[in-house]
Amino acid sequence: MGSFAKKVDTFLTAFIDNGGYVSVLEGLKNTMIIAVFGLIIGILIGTVIATVRVLPKYKTLPRVLDAICSFYVGLFRGTPIVVQLLVFYYVLLPLMGVHMSSLYVSVIVFGLNSGAYISEIMRSGIQSVDHGQMEAGRAVGLSFGTTMLNIVIPQAVKNILPTLGNEFIALIKETSVVSFVGASDLYKAFNMIGTNSYEFMVPYLVMALIYIAIVMLITLGIKLMERGLRKSDRRS
Amino acid sequence: MIDVVNLQKSFGKVEVLKGIDITINKGDIVCVIGPSGSGKSTFLRCLNCMEDPTGGQIIFNGVNIADMHVDINLHRRKMGMVFQQFNLFNNKTVLQNIMLAPVHIGKTELRKAKWHNLFHKDKVEITTTKAQIVADAKENAMQLLRRIGLEDKANVYPSTLSGGQKQRVAIIRAMAMNPDVILFDEPTSALDPEMVGEVLDLMKSLAKEGLTMVIVTHEMGFAREVANRVIFIDEGKILEEAPPEEFFGNPKNPRLKDFLSKVL
Repeated sequence: MGSFAKKVDTFLTAFIDNGGYVSVLEGLKNTMIIAVFGLIIGILIGTVIATVRVLPKYKTLPRVLDAICSFYVGLFRGTPIVVQLLVFYYVLLPLMGVHMSSLYVSVIVFGLNSGAYISEIMRSGIQSVDHGQMEAGRAVGLSFGTTMLNIVIPQAVKNILPTLGNEFIALIKETSVVSFVGASDLYKAFNMIGTNSYEFMVPYLVMALIYIAIVMLITLGIKLMERGLRKSDRRS
Repeated sequence: MIDVVNLQKSFGKVEVLKGIDITINKGDIVCVIGPSGSGKSTFLRCLNCMEDPTGGQIIFNGVNIADMHVDINLHRRKMGMVFQQFNLFNNKTVLQNIMLAPVHIGKTELRKAKWHNLFHKDKVEITTTKAQIVADAKENAMQLLRRIGLEDKANVYPSTLSGGQKQRVAIIRAMAMNPDVILFDEPTSALDPEMVGEVLDLMKSLAKEGLTMVIVTHEMGFAREVANRVIFIDEGKILEEAPPEEFFGNPKNPRLKDFLSKVL
């Protein structure tokens, strides 16, 4: 056990005295930025796609939009997120002649990626809402979009909140691949501490604990949110 | 008010309505009866294009709303609908349920008028504000709630109401738009027997005020008492149309005779 104590000591020196905590905080910040903004973009994209996919398909336009959306979903679910990051950063951006920081690229790619997954979650949520809700909205003269936004989607979100929480947790964990394009996230920060001190056991252990702590906090947050949203179900 | 001309509706290859002609005048209370699967609900749902008709015309206030190019939302505001399953908005309180459409439509029109004034010389006079729209809608909604004696339920969610209360709220939600006609799709079929009375009483009082109503129902007693015309639909066609005394007292169509002998 003596060697482990020594390893802890090495880690603490690197973490506190040599300023490792700064890069860890920076990495934590980036991880949260990528996950949170990725989720927000994903929810927006996912909601739009889900709405397109439940549109009545009598006319040509909804059919074309539907085809585009299923191509998009197929594309982003069919490739690993690392590949998407690399293609976006090393292929698409240079081809377009755009320079963008790796953090922004990560946010965009994670948003696009989770949009594809969330669209399917959202679609099942929308389909779980009784069709009579839509009919009642249309019957008082509200448009499809207005009814969707005010009546159906709020109820759908309530139904899919646990699944959406899962998606957020998955996003946080997946951010550990952004160092492929040079963004500094939580993993990168601990990796650097390990590299500098030639000692990886304790840094990676602490990293794992931090990931677990974040996920537990989020789980708690979702539980509280669910409880708030359930108030229209409760009998008082 | 509503002229239905040769209305047809098919679901795929199944022909549900095979040419329905009827004229509904202002103040009419038309009860639609018929065996299940006869197309009576489909007929009602075609009237406000909840199901798009596959043929024929529905002339409502001079406009053929079966034409896919008209803005159906505009016409539905004047054509309320009450459903068998109530369909109150579950994520809104009772008061919000009633206010949602009037407030949304009022605000949309206000925004359109302001937008118009920005770019055009001929100004539209704006006499209202957002706050005023909300206040008016709320006052109107509370008045309607008082009428059905549920003003104390204004701020609860629909899940806390009984079936009869839900249906009465659904009816005044339709009334809040001040419609020319309300379509009722079996309004009492999903209710416990003891709650049927309160819903029918509300409908009767609306009838007395001269509201035009089209009611698909199995309540023969109600049809006989309130309707001024009863129609019998079977296999997608109107087989008999008569005032209630004649309809129930002296039915002519053999299938109607058979139907009445089973249900009365």
